[in-house]
Amino acid sequence: MSADPGTVDLLLPAARDVRVDGAPSRRVRAGRAGGPARTGLFLAGVLVLAVSVAAGTRIGAADVGWTDLGRVLGARLGLGTEPLPPLLDSLVWDLRLPRVLMAALVGASLAVCGTVLQAVTRNALADPYLLGVSSGASAGAVIAAVLPLALAGPGAGALGVTGGALVGALLSFGLLLALLRRTGLDSVRIALTGVVVGQLFTALTSLVLMASADADTTRALTHWLLGSMAPARWDAVAVCALVTPLGLAAAWLCANSLDGLAFGADTAASLGIGVRRTRMLLLVVTAVLTSVAVATVGAIGFVGLIVPHGVRLLVGPLHRVLLPHAALAGAVFLVWTDALARVAFAPREIPVGVITALLGVPLFLVVLRRKGEL
Amino acid sequence: MRITAEGLSWLASGTPVVRGVGLDIAPGETVGLLGPNGSGKSSLLRCLAGLRVPDAGTVRYDGLPVRDWSARRIARRIAFVEQDSGLDTDLRVADVVGLGRTPFRDRLHGPDATDRAVVAAALDRVGLTALAGRSWRGLSGGERQRAHIARALAQQPYGLLLDEPTNHLDVRHRLELMELLAGTGQTVLVALHDLTLAARYCDRLLLMHHGRLIASGPPAAVLTTEHLAGIFEVDAELATDALGRPAVCYRGPLRPAVPASATATPPEPAPAPAPRPVSTLREGTS
Repeated sequence: MSADPGTVDLLLPAARDVRVDGAPSRRVRAGRAGGPARTGLFLAGVLVLAVSVAAGTRIGAADVGWTDLGRVLGARLGLGTEPLPPLLDSLVWDLRLPRVLMAALVGASLAVCGTVLQAVTRNALADPYLLGVSSGASAGAVIAAVLPLALAGPGAGALGVTGGALVGALLSFGLLLALLRRTGLDSVRIALTGVVVGQLFTALTSLVLMASADADTTRALTHWLLGSMAPARWDAVAVCALVTPLGLAAAWLCANSLDGLAFGADTAASLGIGVRRTRMLLLVVTAVLTSVAVATVGAIGFVGLIVPHGVRLLVGPLHRVLLPHAALAGAVFLVWTDALARVAFAPREIPVGVITALLGVPLFLVVLRRKGEL
Repeated sequence: MRITAEGLSWLASGTPVVRGVGLDIAPGETVGLLGPNGSGKSSLLRCLAGLRVPDAGTVRYDGLPVRDWSARRIARRIAFVEQDSGLDTDLRVADVVGLGRTPFRDRLHGPDATDRAVVAAALDRVGLTALAGRSWRGLSGGERQRAHIARALAQQPYGLLLDEPTNHLDVRHRLELMELLAGTGQTVLVALHDLTLAARYCDRLLLMHHGRLIASGPPAAVLTTEHLAGIFEVDAELATDALGRPAVCYRGPLRPAVPASATATPPEPAPAPAPRPVSTLREGTS
């Protein structure tokens, strides 16, 4: 229970300038993989993601070979390869590729948002939609689709849904912040307020659907409401590719603070963490990431719930390591589930949200059992 | 580090919890903070730790007012241990203790060799080295409490503020913990319910009642039969232990048990609660 006499007592403030070189004499780290092994795991994850994106682009109602894929990329990127016939070329370049890239971006985004919100609200059941953002997006999309807001030209309908969803998501988040204003942003209050805001917008969505949508609109919207990658085009990918890395980087910069939040606001603050500021920043980051994702592809469930839990089992709960791995795992997971959604009942396409839920429930049960909570 | 407070007051929802407390804790002093439940000990500790912004008064570390200090600057001076909330986390024991290194790390960096050595030393100091790789879930209440202490020690603080750290500990671990705190040579203010334990290990005791500091001095001067009866409402005798410190021998609660219905109704209607001032609504330091 006491330090060796004669050596510097590392626990005294006077020892702050004492540098310890190399590994500590007593090996504290045990069990989980250390630094180099983790880097290896991360690089392996990047490789798996790259292969998944390439493979995912091949899979679908029309099969695309590796050479075909190479020819499309070569021709489009100006490498001088002979292009494919226009129809196949367009299928790969205009539909398949943006869709797969979107799945990777959205998957990463949802997994990281779920991880962050689970830490901020200290609630293992938190997912990216806890803040009510997806309900806001749904309401916005439904209102935009039903009201003849976007009458100009073909394609304006889809744009109207996306735009309406984005506006709805941001409005609902604004309402959430207004309700949380002047509170300490404590964990339970965030979760409860998010649920209430979500319920309000869900009711609004149902109201508009029941009151004014015709059968065709309802059917089209149902697809979107369940979460589908089908509407992903290059413009949406561009927005996502711009916003997602920024959001992920912001979350990663808060990693040490996220760890500190594990024992509540007082302990976190006593560790030098600006608790309210950190929580606010992370709420804004997750709301923006979720809004951008939901606006295009709808509320795809379960990715943001199970991926964080699964990855935590693999690399541990420290967020510096957890966040990047969760991003990779989320991306890979959604790329493959979307591929499955395309081919499982081909030629009919299932909304990927249905697949993630079908796969997510058993996976979640496995994770809970592994953690000894079931 | 010298910790001082002048005229410190703090309101919770308009109700004064800490009222005009002034104190002066000398460097290296081990001070026990006593008082019945609801006397304001925890709130006073939080004000002193910079976790609550006092509605009136000043907290100073070594004479410098800390009101405008960042949470990080405070965390590099002082460590705070709250009562264990019984929370489950997936963190391992070494990770929890490693949280104590947060104030010394920038955003982009994980633990370095020094951090790991300090964490190892802190675990060793509280006797938890063997459990370093264990999950937090599997720990007993006492082990968790000791891990929290180790986390505080890993902050290499100049002062330690602890809110009933002996709560979940058995007798042996209580004694070891108090010996450890008294032996750090740092300024320690520790809220305690165990009066005899406080008298045995603290240089000085502070006694709180209804938010006010009503006594301060060496154990024998604070632990008097009058205080035990008037403040703690217990009937007790005081003995003197082998070291000349007072030891409390309880006979029982002072007032006989009254039926709940007799105490539940206040004699006059309670006044309407005052509106909540904004300054009391801040949580932590932001």
